[in-house]
Amino acid sequence: MAGKEGQQHPLSVYFWVWGLLFVISALSYWVDYAGFQGYLRWTLILIFMFLKAGLIIAIFMHMIWERLALALAILGPPIVLLVLIALMAIEGDYTEITRLIYFGEDTTEFLGHH
Amino acid sequence: MSQDSTISSELSHADGMKGFVKDWSSDKQTFHVPWGKAMMWIFLLSDTFIFTCFLTGYLNVRASTRVEWPNPSEVFALSFGGDPIPLILIAIMTFILITSSGTMAMAVNMGYRKDRAKTASLMLITAAFGAMFVGMQAFEWTKLIIDEGVRPWSNPFGAPQFGAIFFMITGFHGMHVSIGVIYLVVVAMKVLRGDYEKRGYEIVEITGLYWHFVDLVWVFIFAFFYLW
Repeated sequence: MAGKEGQQHPLSVYFWVWGLLFVISALSYWVDYAGFQGYLRWTLILIFMFLKAGLIIAIFMHMIWERLALALAILGPPIVLLVLIALMAIEGDYTEITRLIYFGEDTTEFLGHH
Repeated sequence: MSQDSTISSELSHADGMKGFVKDWSSDKQTFHVPWGKAMMWIFLLSDTFIFTCFLTGYLNVRASTRVEWPNPSEVFALSFGGDPIPLILIAIMTFILITSSGTMAMAVNMGYRKDRAKTASLMLITAAFGAMFVGMQAFEWTKLIIDEGVRPWSNPFGAPQFGAIFFMITGFHGMHVSIGVIYLVVVAMKVLRGDYEKRGYEIVEITGLYWHFVDLVWVFIFAFFYLW
């Protein structure tokens, strides 16, 4: 980066990523349109989501061209969020089981309108 | 003096883990980027935590409810005279945001080439796409609130928490887009006026970081709220 002003890269890189983002978005919409269900659906959604997020951060936000000191300071901390997500997923399942045990299978009483 | 410049040139040449250790153990400055850019990244990091908290709250609520979660594919379907097309408005909104991310990336590039007219016009085009996105979101909210009767505490489709989650997450994101539109217009005007001729055009890249982040958050909302 020294000697050069800011982040300058050939326009073709941006056009490529732009095109790819369009294609991946179309694919993720197609997951819903085609009506995939279950694990296939969730896997495809996650793959396309991470591809899109990765391309935006790496190229559009220039993260692959930044020095490691900045990249790790920004991309490192969100890893702890995985702990929160895991804990809340466990907690959510526990709450559901508790509701099942104490309120039974009947779900109508949870709806606002009886 | 000469020793100082040897150290700094050594610093800028060290890459990878060696550079990482050197940057973090240097005396004055860790991040060798304009301070505004480092600050924007740290702000975006904090925003990441906020959005993740919202999405995790949604995960928790959806996992624990005993009532069927409304099917977004049907809730957000739109009919243009014929059969309703699932999720079509959301798909269009997604494409609009990606298009705006592309024009923003171009604006950053033109900024570093000091092409003021192109930079400003690309930023204004980006802002226009952003405004279009917010407009479509307003249409979607209106449709859900007035036509379908969705409320934060109840809705006709299923689990009552659906409304609260929907309004909070898309509302917070929409607010980010709206602020981004204002931010873009302000910076574009200053670019046009020539405010950055001496200071340099890093500000366009910093504005771009914010805008790309708004697109990035939408990627996650689209995946987890609309598609899941």
